[in-house]
Amino acid sequence: MLVVELISGRTLDQGATVEEKLSEEYSKAVNYIELSEEDFKSLGLKEGDRVKISTEFGSVVVFAKKGEIPKGLAFIPMGPYANAVIDPATDGTGMPQFKGVMAKIEKTEEKVKTVRELLEAI
Amino acid sequence: MLWIRNGIVIDPKNKIKAEKMDIFVKNGKIVPEGEVRREECRVIDASGKLVVAGGVDMHAHIAGSKINTGRTMRPEEMRVVRNVAGKFRAAVGRVLLTAPAIGYEYAKMGYTTSFEAAQPPIGALHTHEELDAIPMIDKAALPVFGNWHLVFKCIEEKNLEKLKALIAWAIERSKGFGVKVVNPGGVEAWMYGGNVKSLDDQVPGFNVTPREIITMLIKANEELGLPHSVHLHCNNLGVPGNFQTTIESIKLAKGFSNSKRQVLHVTHVQFNAYAGSSWRDAASGAAEIAKVVNSMDNVTIDMGQPIFGHATAMTGDAPFQFTLHKLTGARWSNKDTEVETGAGIVPLVYLPNNPVHALQWAIGLELGLLVDSNKVALTTDYPNGGPFTEYPYVMAMLMSRKMREGELSKVNAYVQKATGLASIDVEKTLYEIINMTRSLPARILGLQNKGHLGIGADADIAIYNLNPLETDTSKDFEKVYKAFKSAEYTIKSGEIISRNGEIVKEVFGRTFWVDARKKVDMEAVMNDIRDYFQYYSVQLGNYGVEERWIKKPERLEVV
Amino acid sequence: MEDVICTFCGSVCDDGEFDAEKKKVKKFCRLGSAKFSEKERIKAPMVDGKEVSYETAIEKAAEILVNAKKPLLYGWASTANEAIRLGVILAEKLRGVYDQCASVCHAPGTLAVIEEGLPGATLGSVKNRADVVVFWGSNPAEAHPRHGMRYSISAKGLLIKDRKQRKVVVVDVRPTKTAKMADLFIQVKPGYDYAVISALRAILSGNADVVPSDVGGVAKEKLLQLAEMMKNAKYGAIFYGLGVTQSRGRDRNVENAIKLIQLLNRTTRWVIWPMRGHYNVVGAGEVPAWEVGYQYAIDFSRGYPRFSPAEFSAVEVLKRKDCDAALIVASDPAAHFPAAAVKHLKQIPVIQIDPFPNMTTLLAKVVIPSAVYGIEAEGTAYRMDGIPLRVKKILETSYWTDEKILEEILKRVEKLKG
Repeated sequence: MLVVELISGRTLDQGATVEEKLSEEYSKAVNYIELSEEDFKSLGLKEGDRVKISTEFGSVVVFAKKGEIPKGLAFIPMGPYANAVIDPATDGTGMPQFKGVMAKIEKTEEKVKTVRELLEAI
Repeated sequence: MLWIRNGIVIDPKNKIKAEKMDIFVKNGKIVPEGEVRREECRVIDASGKLVVAGGVDMHAHIAGSKINTGRTMRPEEMRVVRNVAGKFRAAVGRVLLTAPAIGYEYAKMGYTTSFEAAQPPIGALHTHEELDAIPMIDKAALPVFGNWHLVFKCIEEKNLEKLKALIAWAIERSKGFGVKVVNPGGVEAWMYGGNVKSLDDQVPGFNVTPREIITMLIKANEELGLPHSVHLHCNNLGVPGNFQTTIESIKLAKGFSNSKRQVLHVTHVQFNAYAGSSWRDAASGAAEIAKVVNSMDNVTIDMGQPIFGHATAMTGDAPFQFTLHKLTGARWSNKDTEVETGAGIVPLVYLPNNPVHALQWAIGLELGLLVDSNKVALTTDYPNGGPFTEYPYVMAMLMSRKMREGELSKVNAYVQKATGLASIDVEKTLYEIINMTRSLPARILGLQNKGHLGIGADADIAIYNLNPLETDTSKDFEKVYKAFKSAEYTIKSGEIISRNGEIVKEVFGRTFWVDARKKVDMEAVMNDIRDYFQYYSVQLGNYGVEERWIKKPERLEVV
Repeated sequence: MEDVICTFCGSVCDDGEFDAEKKKVKKFCRLGSAKFSEKERIKAPMVDGKEVSYETAIEKAAEILVNAKKPLLYGWASTANEAIRLGVILAEKLRGVYDQCASVCHAPGTLAVIEEGLPGATLGSVKNRADVVVFWGSNPAEAHPRHGMRYSISAKGLLIKDRKQRKVVVVDVRPTKTAKMADLFIQVKPGYDYAVISALRAILSGNADVVPSDVGGVAKEKLLQLAEMMKNAKYGAIFYGLGVTQSRGRDRNVENAIKLIQLLNRTTRWVIWPMRGHYNVVGAGEVPAWEVGYQYAIDFSRGYPRFSPAEFSAVEVLKRKDCDAALIVASDPAAHFPAAAVKHLKQIPVIQIDPFPNMTTLLAKVVIPSAVYGIEAEGTAYRMDGIPLRVKKILETSYWTDEKILEEILKRVEKLKG
């Protein structure tokens, strides 16, 4: 188990598939988390492993990837997986805090949901 | 069909000075009595009422990226509710108004035409979308030319044919109406953090001066024979001592003539009529400017009258806007626009007890009073000087010395020594005021069917609850103000759109644009345009506005 | 066909070439190519999952909207101004709420404009003049792939002829793809943008001595270096992204950055601009601004517009369960809103107008498929810098446009309301 600061954002893959939300490609483009090499190792992960992200606001299972990112920070593409765990508070601005939420990351055997399943679970 | 009976008509273009007469309307035009059948006419009894042409606002910022950024930047302006949605659109705004509110407020006041005074050519499509969203009035927009690299190039080369072709091309592409010039050369200098300070400063990066830009644009404009003359916002706007630059600029019109209209229109002159060397010793230069304008027969101006209260400065004069931001510390928006132009926006409030604001207020009035009524149009340079909805205040002030005395006693005493307003005993007549708000602006713009009630004119008519034969405009200024605030009837293209200051019918007017392509050899400039598009961020093929994208376009062809 | 205009991201590239036979577009980036490639469409209008005619779906949609006490009309960033205008008028008629995608994207920047203004420029000005470009919390390499080539990083302009004449700086919390192209990369700790901007303002106003040795994870030396670059620029540009608007500080980060720009303009020229996401998210704000005075988060329940992001932004309205129906146009809030907001969307009747099936389709009661602007329909869109472009129709379609669908809904609503 590890605690990281989670940010979400756009990627090329997410952008290229965003008009095909119900496709396999879109799912693949947004259902992972990028961790620093160090954090990745400390969780004993290998490529293709799944992790459970838990925050004050929810939890979601995604695939784990090594990314070029500072230790203690994690990146998840914007989309339904990210939105299961980000902070919905807007501080009066209308804008949820899509970037910067403390998240617990742990290795899991649970499966990664499809976007349909994600919606059903809400 | 309309039959307006027994009204007291003032129609300066047709030299009608308060005569009781009937007006007939058919198919949106004013027609001779013989063309209508009286029994089929809707009759409006205008007995004892003033009947005039619909007002023409020749210079206001009513559409496009500037006013819209102003709205975005100033939501506090939108909390004045003018109409709740129902039969008509919701309309809000204090000084900055939404598009529906602009149309409604003009109509309530008896105004039926307004011109957007500064349109960056590349943003023309946005301007036209907003013009299309303004109900009630006819409209047009003036694209800006004074800081465009392509214009500089033609002037550097002293190639008049090329410049004429460029103007014809740009006006057609932007579906614009004429040639607006804003702080020529100064906005380009701002791209390097500077400004130009005299007519003979060199524009950075180009071998041209403001003097050359203005002169050659007048020459091109006159050879093209466009309906409107060059429309100039002078250099050094807002700078004490600038009245000298303004006079020098006005004199550039010498040597040009046009039998139909002026060859140079200098706009919102109040902002360019300051004597002195700083705001500490600033004074009025209005009398000197008035003398020069009155002595020439080919120059017109408009006032740019400040109204005490809220305003928003928005001009293509980007360096001035930054100076204003530094001066007041207020919010500041800026838009450097490709290789064409720039713009800026700063909120403002005119306070009667502030010596500078009082000075500006007095200078505007001095210009209105001292300049020959056939050479000065009434404007507030909306929203720079304040709301257009206070035109009736300006009208009443120009007609009543008594009203001015009352108002003068409420403002900072600095104006007593810095301006001559208190000693001016001119009281414009109602006829002159109707001229300054109707016939004259229409003539300045080259709109033959606007601003008068002669046969063939557009049936844009305002009827006010004011009997010119019985009203002493000098004494009854409150009555005059009230009458002009809300027209008893406003008629647009023959339809009654407003009654007693209430909208009764929503209509959408036309957008005029000028086509001078037949007057030029377009090939003279096309290679340069193609070459310059490497400095644009859009393709030449995607530049401009097609007529079919506009709701009700009306092309005025120059032949 | 030449000069084809891309309707994907806020860069709105207008130099595409479309091969109508192969249905392929040339010159565009991966995002643009994906936009113009064929993909799964919503086949027909649907009510409760059953295929119906456009007329039936529109009738049902109008009924839902008229029967709602307070409908939410949301989306609008990926459609044309003509449709947006009708949406605003519809919201006004229905006394509902109008909100658009910016409220979960760049709207904090709009709040900052309200505080300080927007000292900016068109992209063409940046390309011609900018010798220093700073990407702050923005990552064009992934979000606006041709921005750098056309307007900012390697764009060839009048004064700046190539990449060598321009310095590029990236400020971000991680070494993004854009950071790899930069001359200077400054890595800040998440949520510390405000502090870093304040430090730059302090240095530039002659108060470097008060700046501690480390600000938000950035060494003072690096801040001094950046401040020096900024001061020495002849014409600088900051392009900020969601890294600034979606993290701690939000609108205040942008406000602080604008104050930095105000300061810099006292000695040289600087501009700042948001890297707007969708191709017409600017129009989704500009159109309501001229129609009703505000850009987003607009409530019409009193018959006139009121603006309050804390109350009338879509996320707040949904979280508070303060709407009883929703019309979603050209957007997918079910995918892009936090779960807490999506929850209420699942409870109320939702009408969707969109060319493509997405997560919102899965929960919508009425689904109305539409033509794709820029490919199957013509209309006006505003590039991220407000430059208006008329996007083109290059292929025939039997799908109705958003404009036509909304026009018909508006007509029926007017009829039902009497």
